[in-house]
Amino acid sequence: MSMKISTTDFKERVDKGIQDSFMRGAVVGAQERMGTRRLDATIELGNWEEWRNHGEEIRKHVLDHLDYYLEQLSENVAKRGGHVFFAQTAEQANEYISGVIKEKNAKKVVKAKSMVTEEIHLNQCLEDAGCEVIETDLGEYILQVDDHDPPSHIVVPALHKNKEQIRDVFSEKLGYKKTEKPEELAWHAREMLRQEYLTADVGITGCNFAVAESGSISLVTNEGNADLVTSLPKTQITVMGMERLVPTFEEMEVLVSLLTRSAVGQKLTSYITVLTGPREEHDVDGPEDFHLVIVDNGRSSILGGEFQSILQCIRCAACINVCPVYRHVGGHSYGSIYSGPIGAVLSPLLGGYDDYKELPYASTLCGACTEVCPVKIPLHELLHKHRQTIVEKEGKAPISEKLAMKAFGLGAASPSLYNLGSKFAPTAMLPFTSGDKISKGVGPLKAWTEIREFPAPNKERFRDWFKNRDKGGEPS
Amino acid sequence: MKVTLFATCLVDMFQSNVGKATVELLEHLGCEIDFPTAQVCCGQPSYNSGYVKESKEAMKTMINTFSHAEYIVSPSGSCVAMFHEYEHIFKDDPVWGPKAKELASKSYELTQFIVDVLKIEDVGARFKGKVTYHTSCHMTRLLGVKKAPMVLLSNVRDLEFTELPGKEQCCGFGGTFSVKMAQISEQMVDEKVAHVEETGADYLIGADAGCLMNIGGRIERNLKPIKVLHIAEILNSR
Repeated sequence: MSMKISTTDFKERVDKGIQDSFMRGAVVGAQERMGTRRLDATIELGNWEEWRNHGEEIRKHVLDHLDYYLEQLSENVAKRGGHVFFAQTAEQANEYISGVIKEKNAKKVVKAKSMVTEEIHLNQCLEDAGCEVIETDLGEYILQVDDHDPPSHIVVPALHKNKEQIRDVFSEKLGYKKTEKPEELAWHAREMLRQEYLTADVGITGCNFAVAESGSISLVTNEGNADLVTSLPKTQITVMGMERLVPTFEEMEVLVSLLTRSAVGQKLTSYITVLTGPREEHDVDGPEDFHLVIVDNGRSSILGGEFQSILQCIRCAACINVCPVYRHVGGHSYGSIYSGPIGAVLSPLLGGYDDYKELPYASTLCGACTEVCPVKIPLHELLHKHRQTIVEKEGKAPISEKLAMKAFGLGAASPSLYNLGSKFAPTAMLPFTSGDKISKGVGPLKAWTEIREFPAPNKERFRDWFKNRDKGGEPS
Repeated sequence: MKVTLFATCLVDMFQSNVGKATVELLEHLGCEIDFPTAQVCCGQPSYNSGYVKESKEAMKTMINTFSHAEYIVSPSGSCVAMFHEYEHIFKDDPVWGPKAKELASKSYELTQFIVDVLKIEDVGARFKGKVTYHTSCHMTRLLGVKKAPMVLLSNVRDLEFTELPGKEQCCGFGGTFSVKMAQISEQMVDEKVAHVEETGADYLIGADAGCLMNIGGRIERNLKPIKVLHIAEILNSR
């Protein structure tokens, strides 16, 4: 319940986003690059639609049998000597993890990138308990150094920052003295982080897919940081959303292919790491102690309902990378660590309508997200379902809108009312009409005409022309 | 062939020229046009805003109005996509479900009808000018009509076609989104207009009244020298 990243209201956040020309330039550039790469990678694979169907089938199957596979997973983790904890809430997850940290008397934690730990605000919790927490994914590290700036994208968390801004952050906070060249910046981060891995007591990771048949967890990365996080510290804690698992390695392979191609347009990422339980006698590295924390935090109430398909998500962000709204407002405008179309569907479900009721409306329902989703989540339909829920079940729609829609419904349903209304529209609009257009509308037209011209209603409607023509009148 | 015209409320009230061009074009192609005057709005504005119950009456009126039709043709991809959506909206309704399914099965967007049903790829049109084409989201993604307008435009004599950069991107209309989220819509339509300008085209063509009203309204407000026309008007030029 704590994925919230802002206390300002939606409109303010959007205004701020729109005015941030650096961020917008970075987002447009990233969307173009990732969009092209994604498309090329899907074409190269061939039969993309069949792959998507297969991906959807796997995810649906897992959700329909989630209890079975979760049990299988936890049994297999336990068999290998790992500990499993089911956390119903964010608080329970944080409490358990803090407990392990305390028990180990750990002072320093290194973390690989994990959205679910962002969702439960784990870092804050551990820092409050006096533990030093270091993010090791480069993007996350940059954000952490920059006074915990929240992520604006689920795969590329520092997408909203350009290299000059990153140089400034490093200079100010880390005494960095070199240029804005990405290689130099990355090298500096690498040097800083290397020491941290060696001195950390606990490593915390997320989980791309857990494999039920073996009790393994998998991590898909490009930087190799997750491998250090899981091989150097003595204790490893992996945190996963309760839906992020597959039955066997066969399904994992399909989903990893869909994930890497959809997320970054790569056949495979540089590292795909599969880990099973703690270090065994013959192992040369790995943690002595392994904990798997499976987080519900609202997911089980989505299960079995009309929004269940959102749990098919594999967090590839393809929907974010094609979203025309995200393109202009950026990730922080969503007010949640989950942004873009996936965020607009998921945030109100996990965080409630009070904080996120605007998000389902921040879409033209253009369907670009649905078209690219590798596991075929009907995202734009779910956004529409939210709107219906807000109007019909939650009763959170404004009264004026309700009345207008009721009137519209009546007018549109009755041919005689429609006929009357449309016939007198030109007369009714006359005070606002100049020539063939309306430049200063009132009511719902006001917002339209602040940006664009609105056409004046035709004096002769199409239906009048057609009728006169039928009577033998001259077609105009 | 008898064609029942679903003009759409926007065309009926604001863009009657598009309706006229559609009628003349279809007649030129040998169709007989029928226009049932009981037709209203398809209900999309209220439906997309989440007012499903309120929209159903308009949908039922439309289903009844077009029940006699053999082919329903409309110069708006988005509104035809809405007719197709009726099938899902009424899927659990024993009375209206089958009727909605029938309506969907005989509803076509204008260019889709010409190419897929009439099997005509060259309508004999002539239009002198440099044009670019906006592919509407609902027409391409929800209705799945991508090629038909391109095929028809490619056979228009004297027409110089130039592709619109970022053509798959939404123009920012989205029905009530355009006023509810006006600040975001403005950014989207501005990018679209900038792309149209980049092409150097004199005309922006589209097949959806809503998108054209949005992009056209912004072009007019900013006094850009680009004319906005519906594809029916191009195909009806000789």
